[in-house]
Amino acid sequence: MAVVLSRRRFLKVGGAAAGTAVGALLGLGVDLHPKQVRAQSLRIQNAQAFPSVCPYCAVGCGTLVHVVNGQIVNIEGNPKSPINMGNLCPKGAATYQLHVNPNRLTKVLHRPPHGTQWELIDLDTAMDRVAELVKKTRDETFVETLPNGKRVMHTTAIFSLGGATIDNEWNHLQQKLMRGLGIVRIENQARI
Amino acid sequence: MAEPMGFFTDTSVCIGCKACEVACKAWNQLPARNGGKVPLTGQSYDNTVELSGIQWRHVKFIEQFSPDRSSGRWLMMSDVCKHCVQAGCLEVCPTGAIIRTEFDTVVIQSDVCNGCRACIAACPFGVIDINPETNTAMKCTLCYDRMQAGMVPACAQACPTHSIQFGPISELRQHAEARLAQLQAQGVSQARLYGHDESILGGLNSFYLLLDEPEVYGLPSNPQLPSRNVAPSAGLSAAGAVALGVLGLVGLRKQRMDKLAAEAREQQEGDGSHAG
Amino acid sequence: MGSNMAENHPVAFRWVAQAKLNGTTLIHVDPRFTRTSAMADLYVPMRSGTDIAFLGGLIRYVIEHEKYFKDYVVNYTNAATIINDKFQDTEDLEGVFSGLKEAPQGSDQKYIYDNATWQYKRVQPWDAAKAREEAKKAATFAEMIQKMVPPAAEKDPTLQHPRSVFQLVRRHFSRYTPELVERITGCPQDVFLKVAETVTANSGPERTTTFVYAMGWTQHTYGVQTIGTTALLQLLLGNMGRPGGGILALRGHATIQGSTDVPTLYHSIQGYMAHPDARKAHDTLTDYILTETRPTGYWANLPKFMVSYLKSMYGDAATPENDFGYDWHPKIAGDYSHMPTMIAMAKGEVKGALIFGQNPATSINAALQRRALMQLDWLVVKDNFETETASFWYASPEVKSGQLKPEDIKTEVFLFPSAQVGEVEGTFTNTQRLIQFHEKAADPPGDCRSDAWFTHQLALRLKKLYADSTLPRDEGIKNLLWDFDYEPGTYPTDTRIQGEPDVLKIIREINGYQTGSKELLKSFGELKDDGSTTCASWIYCGIYPEKGKLLARSREPDPDNKPGTNLHWGYAWPANRRILYNRASADPDGNPWSERKKFIWWDAAQKKWVGYDVPDFAATKAPDTPAKPGATGLDAHDGKSPFIMMADGKGWLFVPVGLADGPLPTHYEPMESPVVNLLYPKQQHNPIAKYWQHEENQLAVVADPNFPIVLTTYRLTEHHLAGAMTRWLPWLAELQPELFIEMSPELAQEKGIKNLDLVRITTKRRSIVAKALVTPRLRPLMIDGKVVHQVGMPWHWGYMGIVTGDIVNDLTAMVGDPNVSIHESKALCCNVERLQ
Repeated sequence: MAVVLSRRRFLKVGGAAAGTAVGALLGLGVDLHPKQVRAQSLRIQNAQAFPSVCPYCAVGCGTLVHVVNGQIVNIEGNPKSPINMGNLCPKGAATYQLHVNPNRLTKVLHRPPHGTQWELIDLDTAMDRVAELVKKTRDETFVETLPNGKRVMHTTAIFSLGGATIDNEWNHLQQKLMRGLGIVRIENQARI
Repeated sequence: MAEPMGFFTDTSVCIGCKACEVACKAWNQLPARNGGKVPLTGQSYDNTVELSGIQWRHVKFIEQFSPDRSSGRWLMMSDVCKHCVQAGCLEVCPTGAIIRTEFDTVVIQSDVCNGCRACIAACPFGVIDINPETNTAMKCTLCYDRMQAGMVPACAQACPTHSIQFGPISELRQHAEARLAQLQAQGVSQARLYGHDESILGGLNSFYLLLDEPEVYGLPSNPQLPSRNVAPSAGLSAAGAVALGVLGLVGLRKQRMDKLAAEAREQQEGDGSHAG
Repeated sequence: MGSNMAENHPVAFRWVAQAKLNGTTLIHVDPRFTRTSAMADLYVPMRSGTDIAFLGGLIRYVIEHEKYFKDYVVNYTNAATIINDKFQDTEDLEGVFSGLKEAPQGSDQKYIYDNATWQYKRVQPWDAAKAREEAKKAATFAEMIQKMVPPAAEKDPTLQHPRSVFQLVRRHFSRYTPELVERITGCPQDVFLKVAETVTANSGPERTTTFVYAMGWTQHTYGVQTIGTTALLQLLLGNMGRPGGGILALRGHATIQGSTDVPTLYHSIQGYMAHPDARKAHDTLTDYILTETRPTGYWANLPKFMVSYLKSMYGDAATPENDFGYDWHPKIAGDYSHMPTMIAMAKGEVKGALIFGQNPATSINAALQRRALMQLDWLVVKDNFETETASFWYASPEVKSGQLKPEDIKTEVFLFPSAQVGEVEGTFTNTQRLIQFHEKAADPPGDCRSDAWFTHQLALRLKKLYADSTLPRDEGIKNLLWDFDYEPGTYPTDTRIQGEPDVLKIIREINGYQTGSKELLKSFGELKDDGSTTCASWIYCGIYPEKGKLLARSREPDPDNKPGTNLHWGYAWPANRRILYNRASADPDGNPWSERKKFIWWDAAQKKWVGYDVPDFAATKAPDTPAKPGATGLDAHDGKSPFIMMADGKGWLFVPVGLADGPLPTHYEPMESPVVNLLYPKQQHNPIAKYWQHEENQLAVVADPNFPIVLTTYRLTEHHLAGAMTRWLPWLAELQPELFIEMSPELAQEKGIKNLDLVRITTKRRSIVAKALVTPRLRPLMIDGKVVHQVGMPWHWGYMGIVTGDIVNDLTAMVGDPNVSIHESKALCCNVERLQ
C-alpha cells in the first residue's frame, strides 16, 4: 500500500466534516437547490468484511468483500495480505462489477437442436437432462478393450473443459467424476 | 484542523496499470463513459482521455523515442485533482459547495453544488467537470469519506508500485526530496518535483515527481488563479461571471488546455521525440 | 524474459518495483517495448521465438568466462556425471540427438526420441529389463522398488572427462557466440554482453539472479526446452533453491496452479502422477508402479501415493485383492489434450462437451474450434456472462455472415449461470503454490450456482442412474466414493441455495485420512501402500491436519514482513515450503553460502535444519551423511543432495529421462518463421513438434514471401484472456475498448498505414481486421542482414460483450510442444495491409 509514514497517527484523525456556508450566497440569481444529495458517510461503515482472493491472475491478491444486508457493496484489496498489502490491478479493482452487473446471467438458457433462439429452462430440469445426455453418450461410446487387447475402460466421445479460475474443490470433483465415468478427455486452461 | 494530507505521485515508478482509475470508480461508484463503449483513441494506451466529472483519476501515456531507438522512454503519470492551497475553484464557487476540509483538501459537496460550472473554468488544470448523472460538478475528493474513517484513499491503496503515495504533506515532501536525490544520483537529471512547494498556487496537496518538463505531461509550468487570469480580463467577479453565463469561461478553459497541449507537442517534436 | 510482468501481473510487480528502489537491476528482454520495459534499467529487443538462442548464448558466456558457481555446480548438479558412450549431440547429427526415430503411423508427430543412449554410465553393467522381471516377484511394493535400484553412476568431480555432463554442455553450446546470438535474435552484441555481464556479476554466494517468465516462453513448439535452458543456466550460476533466485513462472489464472495440481488435465492424475496409459506398460497396478516409480529419491514413495489415491477414488471397494480398483480406472491411449480433442470434435468423434469458464470459440485457430462445436450433439456451458462459446450458433462470424444458419446447426446447448468468487467458499492455488481459502460473502443471484454445486449435482444424478446396473463397465462409477453432502444438521442456514457440497469434506478427501479411524493425515510422510490411508493428492496432504484447522485459511502475516516467508499466511504445497529445494541455500557443509543470502542451514547443536522456511530436506539428515549404496528413496542420497525429487538428488543440467525432447535444449525456429535456422540449417523446427492435420490448419512455408512479418499475440493489463471476465465490465471495457495491432512507424510507412487506420492481418489460416496503433515501441530488427518486422496483437476480443472485436486466435495454428501440447501463438508469420 502506498501510504507514507504516520498512517497510525492518521488513523486517529477523523471527526466531523467542515461546515458549509450556503446561505451567504443566496440571492445571486442562480439556483442553489441541491441537485442530488450524496451521502458523506462511509458506505462500508456497517458492512461485514469477508476475506477473499482475486479471481483473475495467479498472483493471489487478498481482497475484502464488503456486505450489507446480504448484498455485496464493495470489494477492495486486503491490506493485511502479505501478497498485495491492499494493492490491486485494474481487473482486481473491478471485481465488484464482476458480481454486481446487469449483464450477468441469472437464469439457465437452453437452445434445442436447430433452434433459432434461447429458451428458459428450469434449473433442475436442465440438470436432469444433462445427466441423461452424459449417460446416453457414455453408454453408446464406451470402450472396454482396444483392438490390440489393452484394457482402457473409457470413452473419448465426451469432453470436459474447465477454466482456471474455478476452485480447487471443483477441480477435484470434476476430475473424480469424469474419471469415475471413464471420461478421459479432461482438459483445462492450464494446458494452454 | 488535522494535519494537511495529500498525494505524492512518483511518476518514475508508475506502470500505467490504471488500477487507480478503476479503484476510484469502484469506491465512488462512478460510471464508465458511455457504458464502456468508447472508441480507441490511438493515443498510446490512453482511452479515458481526460479528467472529468466521472473520471477522477486519469493515467497519461507519453512515448518518447529517438528515430533509431538508441534512446527511448514511455512515461506514465496518474493525474488527479491537485487540491491546491490557493484553489481557484473554491474561490469562484458561488454556492459555497466547494470547501476546504480539515485535511486541507478541496472537496465539492454534491448536495450543495448547483452545476453552475464556474469552478470548471477556474481550474487551471482542467480537473473538474459535470457528472452527467448528477448534473453537478465533480472531481476527486481525496476520498474524504475514507479519510474521515481513517482509511487510505482508494487509488493510493490500489496502486501496486507506490507511485501514488498518501500521507501527511510534510512527510510526503521529505519522501519526495529523498526520491529526487536518489534519481539524480542515478543520473536521471531531468527528474524534478512539481507543486511540492509554495511556488505553485501556494503548494499542491497533490504533487508530483516528473521525469520531464511539466508541459510534457500536460501540466502548466506556471498555473494562475482565475482572479489573476480569467476574471480580471472579463472585468467581473466570479459570481457575476456565473450570472452572465458560463459558456465563455468554459471556452477559455478549453483554449488554455489546447494551448498547453500544443506547446507540449511542439516541444516534443523539437526534441525529435514522439508522442502518441 | 517471456513475461510482461508489469502488465500481466502488476501486483507481483510491486515487489520488483520495491527491489528496484533498493538497487536491484531490472532487465527486460522482449520483442515489444512494454510497460515492463518502461520500468527496466535495460530493455533488450529480440525476435519473438528466439529465447533459446539468447539463453544459450548466456550459458556459453558463463562457461567460457568461467563464471559458473563451481562449488554449487560440482556438488549440487549432475555436471560431474558421465553419460553413455553412445550418446550423440546435435553438434554431431546436425540438429538432432541420437535416438530420433519415426513416430508410429497416424501420430501427430513425424519423429519421436528413444532416450536409451542418453543414460548415465553406471559403475557396473545393469539390465533394467531383467531387474523388472525380478521385481515383479516381490511380495511388497517396497521390496519391488528395492530390486529396481540401479548401480551408481560414474562421475568425474574435476569435470574434465569428455563425456561428463559439464563437457557435453560446453560443447553443445559452444557455437552460441554473441555474433550468432545477434544474427538469430536481432539483439545487438553489445546489449547481449551487457546482459551477460550483469547476470553473472549478480550471481554467486553473495548475490542471486532470478528469471521471470510467462507465456512468452511457453507458447512455442519448444516451450519446455526454453524453461530447460534457463534451469541449466540457473544451476550453473547457483541460483536455484536460494532466496532471490529461481525461475519464476508467472501463471495467468487464479488457480491455474491448482488445476494442474488437482488435475483437470488428461495426462496426469493427482500429485503429478502419470495417468494410467494403454500405450505404456501399465496393464496392472504392479506394472504401473514398476514403470512409474523412480526407486531412488523421494518419488520412491509413489506406491503409497498411488494406492492412497485409488482409495480416495473407490473407498472401501478398493482392496488389495482387486488392485485397489485399478482396472476400473480409465486408461488413456492417445493425446486427448485441448487441440487434438477439437480436431476429433471437428471430425464428429466427440459428441458431448461440458465447458466451465472456458471459451474455445476464441481459442487457438478459433474458427476451426467453432466448426468443431457445431459437430457436437450437446454442449453445456457454465459461465458468468454469455460467452462466444455459448452463442456460437447464432452470433459467430460464420453465422452472421450467412455462411451458416442456426437451423442447420444440430447442437443442443445449455448455458448455466455461475456464482462468482465472493459468492462461494473454496481455495485457489496461486503461482507460488500458495493455497488460499476465500470465504463466501453473499448468495449468488437467481439460478447462479458454484461449479462445485454443478458437478456434485450431476454426480448424484449419475450415481442414481447407474445404481442398478450390473455391467462390468459401470463398476467404476458405481464404486466411486461420493461423500460430499453435508452431514445431517450441518447445512448452512444463512443461504437460500440448496444442494451445495461440503467444501471441507472435499478438502478432507484431498488431504487424506486414516481409512479405518478417519483421522486426518498431518503429512504425506504418513501415507501407506497397503490401503490403510486414503489421500487424493499427496502433495496437498497436510493442508487440513486436524478438524477446525484448515491451513489454507491461515491469515497471520509476518510482522513487518520479516522474515517475509509468511509461513502463517495460506499454505504452500508441499509441506508449506515456500522455496523448493531450499537445502541448496546452504553450502555442502550446511552453512549459509553468505550472511546476505542466509535461508536454511544445519544447526549442529540441535542436529537439524533450521531457518526462515520449512526445510525441503530430511529434517535431521546431517550434511555429512553418506549415501547408502543400494538403498531406495532418500537413503540413496547423501547429505549434500538438495534435489530430493531427482533420482540422484542433483539438479539436472543434462536430462536423461522425463522429457519427450532431447536431453539438452537446442535452438529451433518456430513452425512459421521468416528465416532459416542459422544454427542447424538442416533442422528448421523442433524435430518432434506436434502438428494437427486439417484443411483449416495450414502453415506458411519457411521464409514465405506472402507472410514476411512476425506476429506475436499477448495480453494487456486491462483485460483477461478472451474478455469473458472483463469485456462485460464497463470499468474495464472503457480502458481498452477496441482490438488493435501494434506496429512500428517504419512498417506503417512501408505499408502506407496511418495510426487508427483499419488494417487487414492475414496468416496462412485466415484474415481479420484491427485498428493500427503505430508506435515506436515496436522496431524492425536486423536478422542476419535482413530487416524483419514484428507486429503485436492483444487477443482479448470476440463477438460478445459490451465491446467487441475480431478474434485474434482466428489467425493462430494448432501446432504443439511435444511434451505438453501447448500451442505456438507467440511467433507466427503474417502480412498486414491497409483496408481500402
